Amino acid sequence: MRILNLALRRLAASLPTLLLIIAGMFLLLQLAPGDTVDALMAQMGGGDAALAAELRRFYGLDVGVPAQLGRYLMRLVTLDLGFSAIYGKPVATVILERLPPTILLMAAALSFAFFFGLVLGVVAARRVNRWPDTLISTLGLVFYATPSFWFGLMAIVVFSVYLQWLPAGGFSDITQDLTGIAAVFDIAKHLVLPTLTLGLIFLAIYLRIMRASMLEVLSLDFVRTARAKGLSETRVVARHVLRNAMLPMVTLIGLQAGTMLGGSVVVESVFALPGLGRLAYESVVQRDLNTLLGIVFVSAVLVIVINFLVDILYARLDPRISAGS
Amino acid sequence: MTGPTRREMLLLGASAMIPTAVAAQETPRRGGVLTVHFATEQRILNPSLQASTGVYIVGGKIQEALLDLDAEGKPVGVLAESWESAPDGKTHTFHLRRGVTWHDGKPFTSADVAFTAMEMWKKILNYGTTLQQFLTEVQTPDPHTAVFKYEKPMPQGLLLRAMPDLGYVSPKHVYENGDIRQNPANTAPVGTGPFKFVTYERGQHVIAERNPNYWRNNMPYLDRIVWRVVGDRAAAAAQMEAGQILFSPYSSLTIADMQRLGRDPRFEVTTRGNEGNARTNTLEFNFRNAALADIRVRKAIAHAINVPFFIENFLGPFAKPGTGPIPSVSTDYYPTEPMPQYGYDVAAANRLLDEAGHRRGAGGVRFNLRLNPAPWGEDIALWSTFVQQSLQQVGIRVEIVRLDAAGFLRTVYNDWNFDLATGWHQYRSDPAVSTTVWYRSGSPRGAPWTNQWGWKDDRIDAIIDAAATEVDPVKRKALYADFVRSVQTELPLWMPIEQIFNSVFNKRIRNAGNNARWASSSWHDTWLAS
Repeated sequence: MRILNLALRRLAASLPTLLLIIAGMFLLLQLAPGDTVDALMAQMGGGDAALAAELRRFYGLDVGVPAQLGRYLMRLVTLDLGFSAIYGKPVATVILERLPPTILLMAAALSFAFFFGLVLGVVAARRVNRWPDTLISTLGLVFYATPSFWFGLMAIVVFSVYLQWLPAGGFSDITQDLTGIAAVFDIAKHLVLPTLTLGLIFLAIYLRIMRASMLEVLSLDFVRTARAKGLSETRVVARHVLRNAMLPMVTLIGLQAGTMLGGSVVVESVFALPGLGRLAYESVVQRDLNTLLGIVFVSAVLVIVINFLVDILYARLDPRISAGS
Repeated sequence: MTGPTRREMLLLGASAMIPTAVAAQETPRRGGVLTVHFATEQRILNPSLQASTGVYIVGGKIQEALLDLDAEGKPVGVLAESWESAPDGKTHTFHLRRGVTWHDGKPFTSADVAFTAMEMWKKILNYGTTLQQFLTEVQTPDPHTAVFKYEKPMPQGLLLRAMPDLGYVSPKHVYENGDIRQNPANTAPVGTGPFKFVTYERGQHVIAERNPNYWRNNMPYLDRIVWRVVGDRAAAAAQMEAGQILFSPYSSLTIADMQRLGRDPRFEVTTRGNEGNARTNTLEFNFRNAALADIRVRKAIAHAINVPFFIENFLGPFAKPGTGPIPSVSTDYYPTEPMPQYGYDVAAANRLLDEAGHRRGAGGVRFNLRLNPAPWGEDIALWSTFVQQSLQQVGIRVEIVRLDAAGFLRTVYNDWNFDLATGWHQYRSDPAVSTTVWYRSGSPRGAPWTNQWGWKDDRIDAIIDAAATEVDPVKRKALYADFVRSVQTELPLWMPIEQIFNSVFNKRIRNAGNNARWASSSWHDTWLAS
């Protein structure tokens, strides 16, 4: 009940935020020169003025900007995201099609980064200033500093072109009809390189945070107490230190889940994955307002939901932080 | 960059010879999946509604046109078996192929042609609306005859040359009810072609499969075609190397990757099969800028740029210097006598600018210009930088303003907010289809790739109008020679580079590039070696 109450309060608080984001995005895109008909003309390679006027009417661009924004918001109230100009389908359908690959990639990359970041961070902190720490920290720095498109392309060159172990791109093998478990393995195979590419950058961040946080907690009094009462080192780390050191990691994952939704444009492009990031990029280039606003809306809702879940998780990790207060 | 070694040259030569020799003897193998690079996703796939290479690459295998081009670039019948024209050019009769059915089983008839011509080509299809503006009706005396009636003379050569691109037929029974633009068949096309549409997963792929009832016996050879959406150029090159893509059309890879793959014996990088898709790089002048309205300044700019040097060092073997708006691949209309040209001559450029009254000021600068490069193609980006640096030498300081596609079209062709612009002029078989609109005055503001320069020449307008309706091919060619000479003298825009799109083939593909618009054509005789 308390959680439901909190959820409702959160929802009420986030409505103005959502409205601001949508209106801001709408106006921002008005500043970009050209509209979706110009983009279509560019794609067609020509067309006369009568055709352009006809298309503007067709896409509902023949009225002023305030009227367009008004129309959009009115529709949004009824949860109608409108019609996508580039895809010729309802925006909700377009986004729903793109969500599974996006969430799959995001979840895979985040869990990879989170798990290995945690393990490596703990190892580095336990061997602080000795060679494992130096090695792990240096590697983390290298991963962090490498641009992801370069990393992705190099991974393709090595694992797909030379070794031919993994596919170079795409979400599944479309030249064969796979079903059942074979199809699952096929998708998994296609996601290995993108997950690594996307995950390695985040891995570096998690690793640094985990290391620092471990070192800080290890120096606290209750750890000395735990050791003094004769607990083994493994037990001290696992039961007492880890749980407390995890808090910053959880904060980070909540923040990054949002960036990852849109931030994987590069990885999606390099690996030709049908994700939300590429969809957003495409809709900006094509000036497809409805699709872009739809993505912004869905992403904003997702970020709000994830942050809410993170808050609940805090309370579980550290009972001193009550979800209600 | 180092060139291939002697040993590599020998290998290259040998490998280049073998496939053609083998292909001549081999019997076509049935089966296999052809995977194709699909670089820019389209809103629709129906080529009766949108004339662009991005649509032809998919829709051209599913739907067919009345005619196509053969290996020599001459029109050859597809859905039309034969045709004749009245001497006044106002009546053109097409005799249609019998026994052709749509993918849904319904017969193909002249009613489909009449419906497509009047409702799609004349009203919606880009370039088609201009080409068919004087089409009054299409008569259908019987199910296999379509008679096109024109208000003004339509040269037969123009109509036949336009048909391969602008003559795709759609089924009347699918489109006759409801709004054509919202018809679901726009992204799930129904045609008569060798391949039937299966699925289009946005952002991923398009799939079409063999049409077992295709009217050409025992064709096509391929089981399936899969178009893979890959937006990143470098990733597409890697997918070619990994064998996930077998064909990349229309110069969609980076110049460096194309040169690299060209040295790899598994691939062939060639302009063969794209002769019908020539383009020229442009330099467009805004006459509302007083300096550019002076012909001496335009000539000086042309003289200041070393075009052969740019081609040799940046575009490699894939381009050559252009001589005017009609490219040299247009055998029917390319002028036979030499036309006015503007060679690299810095001294002449400086002299012309001095004469025009633009003396060098502080820092050697005469005046400033903004240059808007179009965002399609690496060559345009390179060319805009080269123009900037070349003009710097003669004292013109150029600021490059980069915009995306929608922004570029709006800024240049609607807002006229530019001094210089550069992009591509894509030549579509006949100057009246694609080229003269760049020069003819009177285009409404906002129409892209038309004369939006604020320049008007009544004599040139008259030549353009006369050529568009001239029925005699000899007189028509003479009119276009006159046109080229006039615009090369006036230089309202400059087309200094001529290019043909490149195809990158995996050598397993046989009969690749065997007609002048192969990437756009139907691929009924294409097959894959094992």
